[in-house]
Amino acid sequence: MEIVFFLSAAVKAGTCLLYATLGEIISEKVGHLNLGVEGMMQIGAVIGFIAGFTSGNPYVAVLCAALAGAAGAMIYGFLTVSLKSNQVVTGLALTIFGIGFAAFFGKAFVGKKVPEAITTFFQPVKLPFLGDIPFVGNIFFNQSVYVYFSYFLVILVYIYLYKTKWGLNTRMIGENPVAADASGIPVDRYKYFNIAVCGALCGLGGAFLSLVYISIFPVNVVGGRGWIAVALVIFAMWNPGKAMLGAYFFGAMDIASFWLQTYNFPVSIYFFNALPYLATVFVLIFTSMRNHENKKEPAWLGKNYFKEDR
Amino acid sequence: MIHVIKKDVPKTRDKILIRVAAVVAALLVSSIIVIFADANPINLYMGIIQGCFGNLHRFAATIQFMVPLLVLSLGVMVAFKMRFWNIGAEGQFLMGAIGATLVVRIFPNLPLPMMILTMAVFSFLFGAIWLLIPAFFKAKYGTNETLFTLMMNYIALTIVTALQYDFWKDPGANGMPKIANFPANALLPSISGFNLSIVFAIILVILAYFFMNYSKIGFEITVLGESENTARYLGINVTKTIIIAALISGGLCGLVGMFQTAGISGALSVGITGGLGFTAIIVAWLSGLKVPFIVLNSFVFAVLLQGGSYIQTAFQIPGSVAEMIQAIILFFILGSEFALHYRFVSDKKTREVA
Repeated sequence: MEIVFFLSAAVKAGTCLLYATLGEIISEKVGHLNLGVEGMMQIGAVIGFIAGFTSGNPYVAVLCAALAGAAGAMIYGFLTVSLKSNQVVTGLALTIFGIGFAAFFGKAFVGKKVPEAITTFFQPVKLPFLGDIPFVGNIFFNQSVYVYFSYFLVILVYIYLYKTKWGLNTRMIGENPVAADASGIPVDRYKYFNIAVCGALCGLGGAFLSLVYISIFPVNVVGGRGWIAVALVIFAMWNPGKAMLGAYFFGAMDIASFWLQTYNFPVSIYFFNALPYLATVFVLIFTSMRNHENKKEPAWLGKNYFKEDR
Repeated sequence: MIHVIKKDVPKTRDKILIRVAAVVAALLVSSIIVIFADANPINLYMGIIQGCFGNLHRFAATIQFMVPLLVLSLGVMVAFKMRFWNIGAEGQFLMGAIGATLVVRIFPNLPLPMMILTMAVFSFLFGAIWLLIPAFFKAKYGTNETLFTLMMNYIALTIVTALQYDFWKDPGANGMPKIANFPANALLPSISGFNLSIVFAIILVILAYFFMNYSKIGFEITVLGESENTARYLGINVTKTIIIAALISGGLCGLVGMFQTAGISGALSVGITGGLGFTAIIVAWLSGLKVPFIVLNSFVFAVLLQGGSYIQTAFQIPGSVAEMIQAIILFFILGSEFALHYRFVSDKKTREVA
């Protein structure tokens, strides 16, 4: 029973990572490495909480979080797509901005409780039939709506990237914007769209933390999880399905350190926090050694496309 | 139709003009946030200036922000010149700090000059090793170094966390998770707030300038950054060049770990970097990877950092405001680069050959 409880907690802990990771996958697939994930999550978390706290309406809270995340991403989008600024530097600046933004606007709300209406709305609900499956049911199908929506998103992102024309164009731009442009694809429009969606999803991931994962708003609610999401994208090899597995694996790492403490684990628990990053490093090395084309990063990742350079 | 085309190399006068315009625009936008924080923007900006130059003590604090930023930026620059995106300055900084602390723990009784020298060597090596790992895989398998070095930051951070909370936890600190302070023979000597790291920094700036512009390896690094094929054609040993550049880049960042532990904080801790490793990337980039501009820009950013921490206490304004102002200035400067390198032309005019 305890293992079920642990795994269900891992799913919950991994959900905020899953949202952000799916977002970053979409952005990286179009060739934009956005290191502002942490910042966008921070913005989403604080705006989501403020909207939820003042309105008491979960829909308003979630919508505002997504819009705020997307707005943050648009700063990055405008600078990197239209003004061709360096992606790494712009992303870092966005993270600095987001952390400052969240600390500033969140300050008045530190210690405030998530409103009753929202907490009830996001309470775990056992799904009929699926929830009755032994073992699996209790882990995956006795969760909040917010978690269920992330399952749905995984499928949606997969369909978008691999089963639609838009996804095909997106991937083409990420691999070779010159060819994409030549074949008449509106490159900049796709980039803006993907970057905005990335921001919205990061915002949702941040708001999951401030609305569902915790009940009292703390100082710095995201606390570096955005960087884990960046790592997770590589760990998942830009694949939404693997992102789900990875998010829960990293989520499990997150709580494992607490659990191991209680069992007097012989190795310093602090090293456990390095596991997500170590795992990511190994994935990076192995994928580059094997040189699988479809398991590597998009060829134009991090490079801006300037039409007249063609 | 309006087209965007690339400009020729921008004039220095244009560069300065556009940058200044960007900073002014950024300050105007930041004023909105400052007003939100119930403060008068003009007073606040004056406060930042006062906080940096108001008296000798504050000026020393500004310079002490500048030194680590400057040396980190130089380190980052060496790698960036080669188009090797070392985002891991933060981690190399931490490893360097571990190296310096290790020396203090192993040889606590060395005389000061020997101590400083040994600490410098160790911190350099620790930082260098931290970048050599990604560099090795980059050279051998083409592993993406942006993501690799980014991960190395967090691995370094967990090592420091484990050291601080577990292995090197000071038993004499009443259960507080902290590492013991350096003894007096391991602290950089200082005169009214200006410590020895300034001398190191000056030497490093001169060395870096001549290394990048007049040495063979500096030339090879630059060529490799421009085009790997050209480098191979010229007979440059690509693997060797990557490794040497990584050694210098990581080493310089590691050295900052020593400056910070032995010069400022007096002990290793998780918060020792203060995000300077990331700021340095921005400084190096905005300086166009040129040593003189790196010196200038690290000073500008040091003013922002020191001014930011001063207004916190003097104006009771949260530090987050300074953080946001810093980010807004960055956004505007990054955006203004566009005006430097591109210009608009309409279809009707004949298009010039760029």
